[in-house]
Amino acid sequence: MAHNAEKDAVTGVETTGHEWDGIKELNNPLPRWWLWTFYITVLWSIGYWVVYPAWPLVSSYTEGMFGYSSRQEVMDRIAEAKEAQSEYLGKIETASLDEIRGDSELLNFALAGGRSAFAVNCSQCHGQGAQGFVGYPNLNDDAWIWGGKPDEIMTTILYGIRSDHDDTRYSEMPAFGRDGLLERPQINEVVEYVLQISGQDHDSGMATAGKDVFVEQCAACHGENGEGIRETGAPRLTDSIWLYGGDRDTLRATVTNARYGVMPAWTGRLDEATIKQLAVYVHSLGGGE
Amino acid sequence: MDQASQVSSPATAPEASVEKIDVDAVNKKEERSLYKARVKIYPKRATGFFRKLKWLVMAATLAVYYVAPWLRWDRGPNAPDQAILIDFPARRFYFFFIEIWPEEVYYLTGLLIIAALGLFLITSLAGRVWCGYTCPQTVWTDLFIWVERFVEGDRSARIRLDKQPLSVNKVARKSVKHALWLLIGMATGGAWIFYFADAPTLLVDLFTLQAPVVAYSTVAVLTASTYIFGGMMREQVCTFMCPWPRIQGALVDEDSLIVSYKDDRGEPRAPFRKNQDWSERADCIDCNQCVAVCPMGIDIRDGQQLECIHCALCIDACNEVMTRIDRPLNLISYDTFVNHERRATGQPTQKPRLIRARTVIYSALISAVGLLMLATLLTRATLDINILHDRNPLFVKLSDGGVRNGYTIKILNKQHEVRRFEIAVDGLDNALVTVVGHDGTSGLEVPADKLAQFRVFVSVPPASVPDGRQDFDFIVTDVVDGNRAVNDTIFRGPEK
Ligand code: SF4
Ligand code: SF4
Repeated sequence: MAHNAEKDAVTGVETTGHEWDGIKELNNPLPRWWLWTFYITVLWSIGYWVVYPAWPLVSSYTEGMFGYSSRQEVMDRIAEAKEAQSEYLGKIETASLDEIRGDSELLNFALAGGRSAFAVNCSQCHGQGAQGFVGYPNLNDDAWIWGGKPDEIMTTILYGIRSDHDDTRYSEMPAFGRDGLLERPQINEVVEYVLQISGQDHDSGMATAGKDVFVEQCAACHGENGEGIRETGAPRLTDSIWLYGGDRDTLRATVTNARYGVMPAWTGRLDEATIKQLAVYVHSLGGGE
Repeated sequence: MDQASQVSSPATAPEASVEKIDVDAVNKKEERSLYKARVKIYPKRATGFFRKLKWLVMAATLAVYYVAPWLRWDRGPNAPDQAILIDFPARRFYFFFIEIWPEEVYYLTGLLIIAALGLFLITSLAGRVWCGYTCPQTVWTDLFIWVERFVEGDRSARIRLDKQPLSVNKVARKSVKHALWLLIGMATGGAWIFYFADAPTLLVDLFTLQAPVVAYSTVAVLTASTYIFGGMMREQVCTFMCPWPRIQGALVDEDSLIVSYKDDRGEPRAPFRKNQDWSERADCIDCNQCVAVCPMGIDIRDGQQLECIHCALCIDACNEVMTRIDRPLNLISYDTFVNHERRATGQPTQKPRLIRARTVIYSALISAVGLLMLATLLTRATLDINILHDRNPLFVKLSDGGVRNGYTIKILNKQHEVRRFEIAVDGLDNALVTVVGHDGTSGLEVPADKLAQFRVFVSVPPASVPDGRQDFDFIVTDVVDGNRAVNDTIFRGPEK
């Protein structure tokens, strides 16, 4: 060592020559047990290299004696978890939706599975809490365009709306304004009528005229009294739930240009058990019929 | 084997001479170096009042420790009948009539606070008596030294044995000692795990190799730690590992009773010669008995030292000497600094003041915490509800213009039988309550000693929808005994 071997007067121990604020470091050796602990950790690490994957090579790595891989371990665990679930999943696959809902154990499993499947697949459009957005229905409420019974919900999930599946469904509202089916005043009148039947402020004179337009143009899909028809996917107009908005301007835009929401068909993308769990979950959100 | 009898007096002298023991206080201040290897201590056997007291405390503490898990306590059909049980899987702690749930761990906090304050109080009264008598480290070390003495003999015999070259005798004695130590260690670990499972079942399982791995590993770890701490490390644990010696300095004051040597009476020390006149000399005959018995390897005559655990064995040793040479007892004794100073200035000594600000405050705090815990324990509800208002969505608009809110209600039934409950709301006009999966809101079943969770919807018609938020109460009533819990929560509507 470069420094001169200075001795500490009190302890008689050599100093290392390092000094901070007048305090000098004594050159005491490590305690022996500490040293041995250190040697053992060194040996341990060498053993570790042999047993476990350790050193990166150019295009691979040393694999260790037992071919252990943490990735494989994760795969195994996932497989194990799947295995553990398979009993329930098997039951769900064969049971009807009503049977699932009648068996509290199966129901709890389905709700948990449905919740996570919803978060992964559905929440992007319908929201994390299924609360919906403009154009994407709120699944918590009691208004259902295509039906809110468990089976109806499942049908919607299976085939979607305006999807590429053969069994998908369409609601085909004409673009009354854009395609020139109605004159602008007629559109304004029918909007006043819709405002009237949904209990909002309206011009009653115009609404009376609008009623005729409605009966002629809209009643075929939305029903005589605007109560909606599920087979055509035409929503009820007399309640206070609106997919795109129920105010005058939005209604006018809707009548003028029509609305075409889409939902993908999930059959083929999700397995049957998952779809059933989703249907049960969505039904349980509070609005199911 | 017993060497104590060697310290005896020739029958001729009425004031018997006491043999001076050649002993070094290995932890003497001057010798106390952090870098020095440990010097083995061979504590000599002491006899006397404090030694007896220590045996008694040891017997009592060990008995409590070993026996407690075997006590039974009838809690009815749905609960374990072990008086003291820490049930990890079910997350319950049973202590006789008390049953603590995870959300009630504040009782544990309370107990810890009381224990800490108790330690402060006892330390301010009598120094480190906890260390000297009841600390597990002391109790087991004492037990291990007793075993050692039983197998290898007292101090001088042990020193001789250690100096001997290997022989059948030496190996035999050492092996017996270590085997006994390990057995005690194992019993320690064994007793500990009984607090965590039904003791009789676990005992059978242990011997039939049916017990869970964690039970065996706990026994193994505790065996090893008891053996190492109590058998090998002994005073090293107290001196170097335990933080308590450092803290106690702040807790004792001039009125605390401290094991101390009366140097005004003992100094200058000098070996005793026959027929010497006591009026010409001080009382300490420098026989080193007090040093030889000290399990911490110190000389109490050097004054207060961090190592001293106030075990009072030196008092016993010195009092025996004083009796033998016919001098007044208590040259070493529990005494206060006040008295030491008064003697030094020639004033009469006084009784220790037990009631002083410090002890009063500690006692008051202990009583306060104790009473608070008792009060909460006695008024504790056997029914607890916890309400979670849905955040996403905050509210749902219904087709008729009404608004619905969703809640998750957890009902905690702390009785050992199934109960049925009814949910109602108060403070929300025309509210309609529905429970998912149930017709109506009555007869919701919660199993014994369990928590059940319900999804509850509250809807209000358009006319009653509040502007923004409104507070209201959920009332959960036991259908049978009418016991009820009221919890407030909020109902959210759109801001108008
Ligand atoms: S000095 Fe006395 S009281 Fe202190 S540890 Fe030693 S024997 Fe015990
Ligand atoms: S204090 Fe007592 S035991 Fe210790 S050396 Fe003096 S006379 Fe002996």
